[in-house]
Formats: sequence, C-alpha cells, structure tokens
Amino acid sequence: MSGRQKKLLQQLGLWVLIVIISVYALFPFYYAIITSFKSGSAIFQVTYWPTDFSLANYWGVLAQGRFPRNIFNSIVVSFAVVVLSLLLAVTAAYALARVRFQGRGILLFTILSVSMFPQIAVLAGLFEMVRGLGLYNNLLSLILAYMIFTLPFTVWVLTTFMRDLPIELEEAAIVDGAKPHQIIFQVFMPLMWPALVTTGLLAFIAAWNEFLFALTFVSNDAQRTVPVAIALLSGATEQEIPWGPIMAASVIVTVPLVILVLIFQRRIVAGLTAGAVKG
Amino acid sequence: MVTATSSLPQAEIPAGRKKKTQLTREKIRAAWIFLTPMILVLLAVAAWPLIRTIWLGFTDARLSVPGSGQWIGFENYLFWLDYGDGEGEWIGLLADPTWWRAVWNTVYFTVIAVSIETLLGLLVALVLNAQFAGRGFVRAAILVPWAIPTIVSAKMWDWMLNDQFGILNDMFMTLGLISAPIAWTSSPDTAMAAVIMVDVWKTTPFMALLILAGMQMLPGDVYEAAKVDGIHPVKVFFKVTLPLIKPAIMVAVIFRMLDSLRIFDLIYVLTPNNAQTVTMSVYARQHLFDFDNFAYGSAASTLLFLIIAGITIVYIYAGRVNLSGDK
Repeated sequence: MSGRQKKLLQQLGLWVLIVIISVYALFPFYYAIITSFKSGSAIFQVTYWPTDFSLANYWGVLAQGRFPRNIFNSIVVSFAVVVLSLLLAVTAAYALARVRFQGRGILLFTILSVSMFPQIAVLAGLFEMVRGLGLYNNLLSLILAYMIFTLPFTVWVLTTFMRDLPIELEEAAIVDGAKPHQIIFQVFMPLMWPALVTTGLLAFIAAWNEFLFALTFVSNDAQRTVPVAIALLSGATEQEIPWGPIMAASVIVTVPLVILVLIFQRRIVAGLTAGAVKG
Repeated sequence: MVTATSSLPQAEIPAGRKKKTQLTREKIRAAWIFLTPMILVLLAVAAWPLIRTIWLGFTDARLSVPGSGQWIGFENYLFWLDYGDGEGEWIGLLADPTWWRAVWNTVYFTVIAVSIETLLGLLVALVLNAQFAGRGFVRAAILVPWAIPTIVSAKMWDWMLNDQFGILNDMFMTLGLISAPIAWTSSPDTAMAAVIMVDVWKTTPFMALLILAGMQMLPGDVYEAAKVDGIHPVKVFFKVTLPLIKPAIMVAVIFRMLDSLRIFDLIYVLTPNNAQTVTMSVYARQHLFDFDNFAYGSAASTLLFLIIAGITIVYIYAGRVNLSGDK
C-alpha cells in the first residue's frame, strides 16, 4: 500500500469514527423529538425518520395541567441560584485569590471537599432544617439547598481565574486609594465577564437539572420543578405511560439548554476543565 | 513605584514597612469580611446538615413520630437482638443483606460504567484532538448528552428501551443481535446493563472533554520529534501521549467515580423497584422517606459519606492527584 493510500484510509477511518460519535451523541435527542411530534397510535410505530408533525403532545403539555407553572418554578429557582452564588463567590474568590492570609489553604481544601459531598449525606439534615424553617413546599428551600453544589464550584473557578489577573492592576488601584470592594467591582469585574458567564451558565444548568432535593423538599404539584414534574408524569395505570407528552415536555425543557450549549460551547468547556487540569 | 512593588508583591520593603503591614492587615480584614457570607452559607447547607445526618443515625428518629429522636447509640448500625431465650440475631445496617447488596450494586455500577466511560472518553478525545473540518460541530454535539437533564435522558432512554415499542429492540432485531424483544429496564438480568448504557451515554462527553483539555496542553515538539524519528503512531500514543495525559485522566476518573458512587436520579426514574439496581443512595432515600425509617436512612447516608470520603482520600493519595491547582 502506498503512502497516499494509507493516508486516505486513515482519513476514512477518522470520518467513520466522527460520524459514529455524532450519531451516538445526538440520536436519543433526535428520537425524542420525532416521537414528540407523533400523536395517537402512530407513537407505537417504530420509525427512524420523522413521519408526523402533530403538535397535539405539545398542546397537551403546555395548555393543560401544571407544566407551565413547573417551568416558571424552574426558571425562578435557577436564576436565583445563579445570582446568589455569583454574588457570594465573587467576593470570596477575591479574598482567596488575591490575599494571603492564614487558613487560606485549609479553606480552599474545605470548599473543594464540599463539592465532593454526596447529596444524600446532607439530605436528612437539610430536610429537618427545611421543615424547621417552614420552607417545605417552598422554592426558597431549593434555592438555599442548591448552594451546596453551585457555590464551591463557582468559588473554585472564579478563584483560579482571578489568580491569573495581572497584579499591576490591583497595585495601581491601591495607589489610587481604592478600597478592596472597589477593586473587586470596579477593577476586576469588567475583566471577569468570561468567567462569570461560564460559571453562571454551569450553575444554571446544574440548578435546572437537579432532582433529589427537588423531589424531597417539595411535594406540592404547583411548586414542583421541571425534572420532578417530568419524572412523575404518568397515566392512569402503569401500562398507560403517556410517552408522547413526556417526550414533548422533555424536548421543551432541553431545547433551551441545547441552544445555550451551542452558543457558549467554548466557555462551557473552559469552565468544565478549569481547576481540574490547571497547574 | 508601582512597578517596583509589583515585582516583589509579597516581599517586605524596608522603607515603607510600616505602611505595608498596615495595608496588609487591612486587606486581610477585608478578605475575611468578603469570605464570611460564603462561609456562613456553606456552614448552613453543608456542615450543619452533615452533622445532623450523622447525629440522626445514632437516634431512633421517625418522621411519623413527632418528638422522636432518642439517642440509641450504634443500634442502627449493628445490634444484637436478644429474643430472651438465649437465641437472638444481629440486626442493623451492617447485618442487613439488602444494604450490602446496595453497596455491591453501587461498586459494580461504578467500576463498569467508569471503565467504559474512560475508554470511550479517551477515544472521543483522540478523535476531537485531530484536525478536521467540522470539529466545532462534533464538540458541540457531544455536549448535548451532558447538558440534557438526567431525568430527561432517563425518560428518553426508557422510551428507546421499551420492550414493546422501543427502537433499540427494533434495531437489535433487525441486525439479528437478538431474536426476541428484551424488557431492558424491568428484567433483573438487563436492568443494570440499561442503567450503565444510559450513564455511559450521558457522561462520556464530560470524560472526553477533560481528557481532551489535557491532550491540548501537550507540547507539540515531542510529536514532531517522534514523527521525524519515524516512530509508529500507536507506539507514540502508549509511550508519549498516555503517560503525559495520565494526570488529566486521573482527575476525570475521580470526578466521575465520585458521581457514580452517589448515583440516584437515573435509577429512580429508569429502573424503580428493581433490586438489581438499588444503589446506596437509593437505599438511603427509601429508608428516609418511603419506609418511615429516618434514623436508619441517616445511618446509611453516613456510611455512604464515609465510603466516598475514604475512597477519595485513598485515590488522591495513591494517584498523587494534584487537585489544588497550585504548582
């Protein structure tokens, strides 16, 4: 085999792999979409290509029942979680990245270990607290509880990002008489938009997707978030699972995420890998 | 002046020593003020609930009995129940075969799923590391499974794995791989395989991206040199690439492992009531809320926490994984 043939064969192998990977990654979502457009008995006919374009399932999910309310709940919780965790994390990250003080290493290590906590380990204690504070069936309980996984991560990524900002900026600001909070909000903040967008996005996705706390701290249909609502969508009997509406609901809650991912894919990849492989 | 101090940010400068230390002290005070809100929130949502969970594991708390929660020591963990006639039996978590079954299920799931994800992730990372048109598209495509909520992916796969109308059975039958439809999620033989299948689909992208990030930091000249020397690419991969990206793989594996050990959502939705897939988290939650056994569930949660903490420490120590990001 000549060198050129060999190269051609390598290229072919690469492209076969590329196609397999793409199809593997996208097929389940594609299949959910084509299923969601089928109505009636068409749904029980396995097809590989789109055949129906009925909006009945979407209409059923959005116009009847509480699903729109669930979407609203998820939006409220996710935005609140993003704002709160960014606010708490930016100031904390400045302290951790820019100031040398005793206990800094231990604090960083503790924050990192919190992010490795299994959620179930705090479930009983949190449940007790949520009930004690009268927050059961209240979205506030979720906003508070979600801090356990968004906050450590946000602090961590923002700290690594801030550590790399040039020291000259800070020195110049100090010479100009700037106080620490002015340094954060007037000098660093404008430079930190990329990191804020990344961490905010990841916190949003984490909050939007969370299930265990949402299942446990809310038992009232009107207060449920989207993942729990989808998990509990059921028919009259075990045999009558409403696959059409479930797929429509799944597509509705996933499409915004997929769009976000497509727009911000570079930032998301940077955020996912920050801290993990740095240094 | 700015440049003079900036080159020695931490060093003491004799002339302005007094001013410097005062400034530093002020800065440290500000740092603690900045840190306090975050620390308070983490104490409230992480430290306190964890302590309470551990405490509750030593009590007889039940949600149905208000005011319950007497200290009973290790009875939830291990307790000799004396029948009074010289006979008796060990009860408690450590003597509960269902608990050990859950431990085994979790470990089994973690080992198999993370191994497959590591190998597939490595393959995907290698492909994405190559230069080709449309690389951005493929990278975006593999992010889709990662972004889809676990519950949604469980439902999507539940539908694809449906025994009567599922496309997977249809595919496998068309290809002649199976002769009769399989009830993937309800049959005890295949329930765990179904869970692993969905988990692999959902989390391989994360693995691939972490490994890819490690690959992209490799120095290009090593490969140039290997190419000039005419070394076979396969050999280059095993002798150069693999050792160099080992730290990235180790970090990715530990993140995935910690995630798998606490798996809950996927199993709760995909294979409920299937003894073959009850993991530690599922077991703990069942006792906490479904079986009205709050204290016992707390004890199980505590054990899960200890197991995960133990594995993490051993892994970090054995692999010398540098998680701190400090050089």
